[in-house]
Amino acid sequence: MAESTIKWVETDKRPLNLRRKLRVGELVIQGLLFFSGFFSIFTTIGIVYELGKEALLFFQMPEFNLIGTIASVEWKPHVGKFGIWPLVTATMMTTVIAMAIAIPLGMGVAIYLSEYASPKVRSILKPVLEVLAGIPTIVYGYFALMFMTPLLRSVFGNEVVQIYNTASAGLVMGILILPLITSMTEDALSAVPRSLREAAYGMGATKLEAALQVVVPAALSGIAAAIIIGISRAIGETMIVAVAAGAGPNFTFNPFEGAETITGHIVRISGGDLAYDSVDYNSIFALGLLLFFITLTLNIISQRIVRRFWEVYE
Amino acid sequence: MKTLTPAPSPKGRGESTTEYNVNIEGRNRIGLVWTLIFQASTIAGIIALIALLINIVDGAFGYVAYEAKVDPASLAVDGISLEEQSKEQLVVLLKSKLSSGAFNKLDKDKPFTDRSRADVYQVVIERIVKYKVVEVWNLWPSLTQGAEIRVEIAEKYPNAQLKFVSWLTADFITRPQSSEAVSTGVRTAILGSFWTIIFTILFAFPIGVGAAIYLEEYATDNWLNRIIQTNINNLAGVPSIVYGILGLALFVRALEPLTSGQIFGLVDPTTANGRTILAAGLTLGLLVLPIIIINAQEAIRAVPQSLRKASYGIGATKWQTIWSHVIPNAMPGILTGTILAVSRAIGETAPLVVVGASTAISFDPTSPFSKFTTLPIQIYQWTSRPQAEFRSAAAATILVLLIMLLSLNASAILLRNRFSRRY
Repeated sequence: MAESTIKWVETDKRPLNLRRKLRVGELVIQGLLFFSGFFSIFTTIGIVYELGKEALLFFQMPEFNLIGTIASVEWKPHVGKFGIWPLVTATMMTTVIAMAIAIPLGMGVAIYLSEYASPKVRSILKPVLEVLAGIPTIVYGYFALMFMTPLLRSVFGNEVVQIYNTASAGLVMGILILPLITSMTEDALSAVPRSLREAAYGMGATKLEAALQVVVPAALSGIAAAIIIGISRAIGETMIVAVAAGAGPNFTFNPFEGAETITGHIVRISGGDLAYDSVDYNSIFALGLLLFFITLTLNIISQRIVRRFWEVYE
Repeated sequence: MKTLTPAPSPKGRGESTTEYNVNIEGRNRIGLVWTLIFQASTIAGIIALIALLINIVDGAFGYVAYEAKVDPASLAVDGISLEEQSKEQLVVLLKSKLSSGAFNKLDKDKPFTDRSRADVYQVVIERIVKYKVVEVWNLWPSLTQGAEIRVEIAEKYPNAQLKFVSWLTADFITRPQSSEAVSTGVRTAILGSFWTIIFTILFAFPIGVGAAIYLEEYATDNWLNRIIQTNINNLAGVPSIVYGILGLALFVRALEPLTSGQIFGLVDPTTANGRTILAAGLTLGLLVLPIIIINAQEAIRAVPQSLRKASYGIGATKWQTIWSHVIPNAMPGILTGTILAVSRAIGETAPLVVVGASTAISFDPTSPFSKFTTLPIQIYQWTSRPQAEFRSAAAATILVLLIMLLSLNASAILLRNRFSRRY
């Protein structure tokens, strides 16, 4: 039957050439696509090169010395005071306050969502978290200044809490990071197979014991990665601290005083028309480079943890 | 069940005579407590979101007490009140009340013959009547203590008028920025945001999708491609302000002839400045590129292998397969990811401050080489000012921004639900 319906027309007597044809168009396209893929490498090189170049100018300034940077607690680059500590301590304070809010709350919400919530509740709560995650950080900045600061001042008293303070910025930053930690932790918890939970129940564990003693340890690498990413995000967070934490470097450990973080400082001094090659101009590149390396290190550590300790269940 | 367990220890909770903890009641009680703790933390998160939204709405509406420097009623001519005067009458009024220098300067900015009546009226309000806000209340006190506020204002500012206003109005959206909070608007900022985003998309979408196709379809598992992939994942975690600093060095300074429009001969080389919409758009493009790539990669990965195999089977080349089968099937996912990346870019503030968004410009952007301001920049500016009336304007601007973002995200969700296919 088949032979009657298909007519083989032989027009070419040469044997079929099965070798790969050179297609120029395909090659050009592949080249373009490779360029797009490689483009992100340029971004990284650009960051390291441009920031490094200007930062080097900063480090080469005659007034600059490394000992002054580490030993001094005053950051006034234009008068030759390069003590980086006020900016670093403020960054650490907002980060610690933010994580003190975001880690316990984030764990609680994630465990609730993954272990306790019914599918219906989860289908309502996950979009709420996505909305929280999608709100621009400047809006959180407004919230910190207009809600959290008045709240803190009414609780602790106006004379204790300054208008600009790191506590308010840190607390709101905790709310900002909450959805990030929650969704990453929840992903890690959901990846733990049901069989582990059922085995725990079979041994007579209660729901809580199964969750805290079986599921959470099994997902620990994912949780640790989430926390590290959260810290990295908190260190790089800018607008909340720029609006609410205060303007001006201040070496203090009092969370109710104003202080300026690394990011807040960069935003404030680049707010006007910054003159090229001034001390301030060069200093933001040095600070930017510092931020880049801190966050890069944290991100790489988090990826390593995931890769090395990720438990694979068949 | 209870009969199967050994007798509970008389020593109390948590300690049993055997090595098993069989205090079921105690364990369940602890379980209940922790369940409540987990629920409470969830509720705390929801409360935070609600407080944030309420706080913004609270700021965007409420009583405003303002004084006019010149009472509009005194400007009535022949019994025609100011609001009903024709454009010509208003121009005459301006000429008589302003100094000739100030009048000529206004005429030079834009001739009065070309201006609309609404525009001239706006000038009259700004230059002659000069409304000045003396006090602002949020929505909650306005609703609950209306009577007290009225009494207070009558005592403190006898000439002041008290009005319940919504800071978010149609006028607010269509008016350009102004130095007075009562007459300011966000048209300049909305247009600035749109212009910037267009260049962000034009730059980041083709490169991002191209990179995703390369990594998913062409890249073999070698060291170079692994570096590219790792690099993209790391770039996604770089703080946005670092991109701002990169943009300042690269687009604003090094590529100034391009970003200022100088090489196109559009601007005078002596005044050329790289702090333009184009520089901002490219900076945001670099920022969202990793997000677009990662989302597009996921979408492409979700296209089943069988489709590609079928296409190869009928003799298609690799690019033909990608172009006619992989991309069309991955497109909804790619677009959803791009919309999410765009909404991230619209809300970005820090990199644009560093790149050099202008703070006070009242004219609309006209080309990629215009100076710019965007909605988040406007919010930052107004929030940073000490006057309460500008914070109300900031709250109204936040509402505009959130409505824009919400509609973008809603369209992404619709797209996902409409076109998502399962194989």
